[in-house]
Amino acid sequence: MGRIARYTRRTFLVGTAALAGGVAFGIWEKLRVLPNPLKPEEGAATLNPYLIVGADGITVIAPRAEMGQGVQSTLAALVAEELDMDPVSLTVLHGPPAQVYYNGALLSGHATYRDTATPGLFEAAADALSEIMPKALSLQVTGGSTSMVDGFEKMRIAGAAARETLKRAGAARLGVGVDALQTRDGAVVAPDGRKLSYGALAGEAAALDLPKSVELRPQSAWKYLGRDTPRADTLAKSTGTARFGADMRLPGMRFATVRICPRLGAGMVSFDASAAEAMPGVEKVLDLGDGIAVVATNTWLAMQAAEAVEIVWEEAPYPPTTEALERDIAAALDGKANTVFRESGDVAAALGSGEVVRAEYRVPYLAHATMEPMNATAWLRDGALDIWCGVQAPLLARDRAAKVAGLKAGDVTVHVPFLGGGFGRRTEPDAAVLAARVAVQMPGVPVKVMWSREEDMTHDFYRPGAVARMAGVVRDGRAEAFDAHIAAPSVSRQSTARIVGFAPPGPDKLHLDGAIDQPYGIANKRISGYLADVAVPVGFWRSVAASFNGFFHESFIDELAHAAGADPLRFRLDLIAPVHAPSAQVLETVARMSDWANKPPGVGRGVAFTWSFGTAVAEVIEVRDSPDGIRLTNAWIACDVGTALNPRNIRTQMQGALIYGLSAAMGGEITFDGGEVEQANFPDYDALRMNTAPRIEVEVLQNNVRMGGVGEPGTPPSMPALANALFDLTGKRARVLPLSRSFDFAL
Amino acid sequence: MSFFLSVNGTPHDVALPEEVPLLWVLRDELGLTGTKYGCGIGACGACTVHINGEARRACQVALGDVDGPVTTIEGLGTPENPAIIQRAWLASQVPQCGYCQSGQIMQAASLLARNPNPDDAEIDDAMAGNLCRCGTYKQIRAAIHEAARLMREG
Repeated sequence: MGRIARYTRRTFLVGTAALAGGVAFGIWEKLRVLPNPLKPEEGAATLNPYLIVGADGITVIAPRAEMGQGVQSTLAALVAEELDMDPVSLTVLHGPPAQVYYNGALLSGHATYRDTATPGLFEAAADALSEIMPKALSLQVTGGSTSMVDGFEKMRIAGAAARETLKRAGAARLGVGVDALQTRDGAVVAPDGRKLSYGALAGEAAALDLPKSVELRPQSAWKYLGRDTPRADTLAKSTGTARFGADMRLPGMRFATVRICPRLGAGMVSFDASAAEAMPGVEKVLDLGDGIAVVATNTWLAMQAAEAVEIVWEEAPYPPTTEALERDIAAALDGKANTVFRESGDVAAALGSGEVVRAEYRVPYLAHATMEPMNATAWLRDGALDIWCGVQAPLLARDRAAKVAGLKAGDVTVHVPFLGGGFGRRTEPDAAVLAARVAVQMPGVPVKVMWSREEDMTHDFYRPGAVARMAGVVRDGRAEAFDAHIAAPSVSRQSTARIVGFAPPGPDKLHLDGAIDQPYGIANKRISGYLADVAVPVGFWRSVAASFNGFFHESFIDELAHAAGADPLRFRLDLIAPVHAPSAQVLETVARMSDWANKPPGVGRGVAFTWSFGTAVAEVIEVRDSPDGIRLTNAWIACDVGTALNPRNIRTQMQGALIYGLSAAMGGEITFDGGEVEQANFPDYDALRMNTAPRIEVEVLQNNVRMGGVGEPGTPPSMPALANALFDLTGKRARVLPLSRSFDFAL
Repeated sequence: MSFFLSVNGTPHDVALPEEVPLLWVLRDELGLTGTKYGCGIGACGACTVHINGEARRACQVALGDVDGPVTTIEGLGTPENPAIIQRAWLASQVPQCGYCQSGQIMQAASLLARNPNPDDAEIDDAMAGNLCRCGTYKQIRAAIHEAARLMREG
């Protein structure tokens, strides 16, 4: 960071932070149970898997993928807070993938809003089990909006343990009792002002045992957490010096691209590369079985040659058109339900007792469309394989690459640079595996395999299309019954089958996230999930099932509000307030922010609320007609994340998640013909631009008992809030996404 | 055939076919990877550079058609000595994933060179071709206003 870092650096007096009465946190479980993979250079020492102390400064290992969500900066700030150091002064690295970096919160199933309930035996057992599995499976995964929930204790313990060890080393050297020492700006300080830098004590500290337990700084004493601390990656990302996977350079490296069967999961009947092989810069055309790779001296020359290869493809292993796929998904609703959550009451009886409101909703397949197309660089030499790839699950990539290369996992090293967007797409190891397959045919030669945008968009693990049939009854201005039947291909079954080789049987709760566990006090409520067996690859798309269930749930709540003759925000508040106060508070906040009660003339406004990933989010969208079509003018977001570690970062994540959802809701759809995806590049699958995005205001609340996620929860309510606003403006209820099918937007 | 290029003030002789887009000359031949590939068809703006001081999509300019000196993000400023616009990007904490930001900054720099005090509508209009999937538009707009202010104050 150098000089420029100092211009944003704040100076704080450390003072005598009172630690009396702090809570002791056990070290063993968090820091010593698994091997530390760090091998510091001469003159530096590692005190635990998250920290390297060198003479020239402190390096924090933030072992989560930095894909724009600011995760590495906040993880480092957790360590910095306990070390009494400005986070800006730290070096932050992803570090080597290793089991010790498993994500203990990944399978926790997200906190419900029922925070005050005493956990039963089942919940306690499930919680314990949820931590065991990620550890056993080495799930070092960035996903599910869980990084802070997982890292909040771990990273602070790592910092505090290091601090206390450094103090003991300092005490020995200075001849002073440990309790008399303070830590300040990267140094241990004696009462008489003598100080020793952490770096000077590193070697001695590394020889000491870690303390058995430590006390963490209480929130009231935080100097860096809870503030708009600058991110560690801003300077690099503003000067073109941040290294993404696509930017990899190695001596003698070749530039390659791939063309894989566009009928997803199928193979190649035959190919003719004779024309391609004669093109400038082309060194080799490789047979990959399900496609080809062109290795050349330049990426563009490789891409041109790949287009010139004549290929006969096999047929797709799924119905070849969008119409046929939609039919198969809807047909699942006529079969047996996979899951029925009877949340309350007697829905069948309630539906028989009044006039029933019915609606059917449909949403399309969606691509991730990260700004950086998929890519990976692989280098096989002397029986060892190195892969550089922006992945959200590096150990999965390592294991899968080892398999295709015929190597042991220990012979494969995955290096994780910055990710040019992830949104769930880079949880999949496919780009790393493909590069490994190319490297195997190019022994000794480093090869960067860069996908074209077209290859990226047509070979995604898509957000599945989904269908919902809803029924409800209103009485006296309130919802009396709410019945949802939701069908889609199962993301969890497909992804688990890809990872461990079989699809888990039993209820698929993930499939209903965003529909179940919404804090609405409706007397009779039932949510049923149906799984459609369709072989189009599907995967984790920002907010996963909540991305469609949020739309279904909140569109239908809006319809019920109108059927009840109630104000849509008041209607929600009346149902939510008795159940969960923090959720009611985000609705009240967004009402205040948007001045909901005083809607300006000529605009349409819609509201939506979704509880997802442990965070309550309410959003209001405002639309206005213009001579060029409908414009999105304003958006207001109120969220409650429990504990806000970096409020600015949370605001920008909420803003980005809203834009991601609105982009999909307005114009995003992946369609199929002949078994092939029809959208290939941004003109076919565009997103909000600066001139089409609404003005956005965000407020972050901290009333909830537990910490929630940040990266995803802003997406689900954005889509229904827009559809509800369009209804308010035009009187037309859109039940099918994208909304561009029903409305003309200004572009 | 060899082509002469001036990039960030440094002369280069490039031996590549004339139809190779400037983007891939910069990235693969000259190792200037700050300029990004996003779409290859001029639809996302991630590859924006300056030719003769004007913002151009490097994926849409063939090597044989480069008719003046090229400036890339690396030529605008460095981590040790960032340009004013890059300082504004820092002050507004613009980037999320950061992949599109080189192109955003080059586009914004060309706007400010033409129009030292753009209003919101002029900014939106000039930046409409630059896609950001993270949705950092609000911070980009704020950074452009901040850069304009810093430039006015000298």
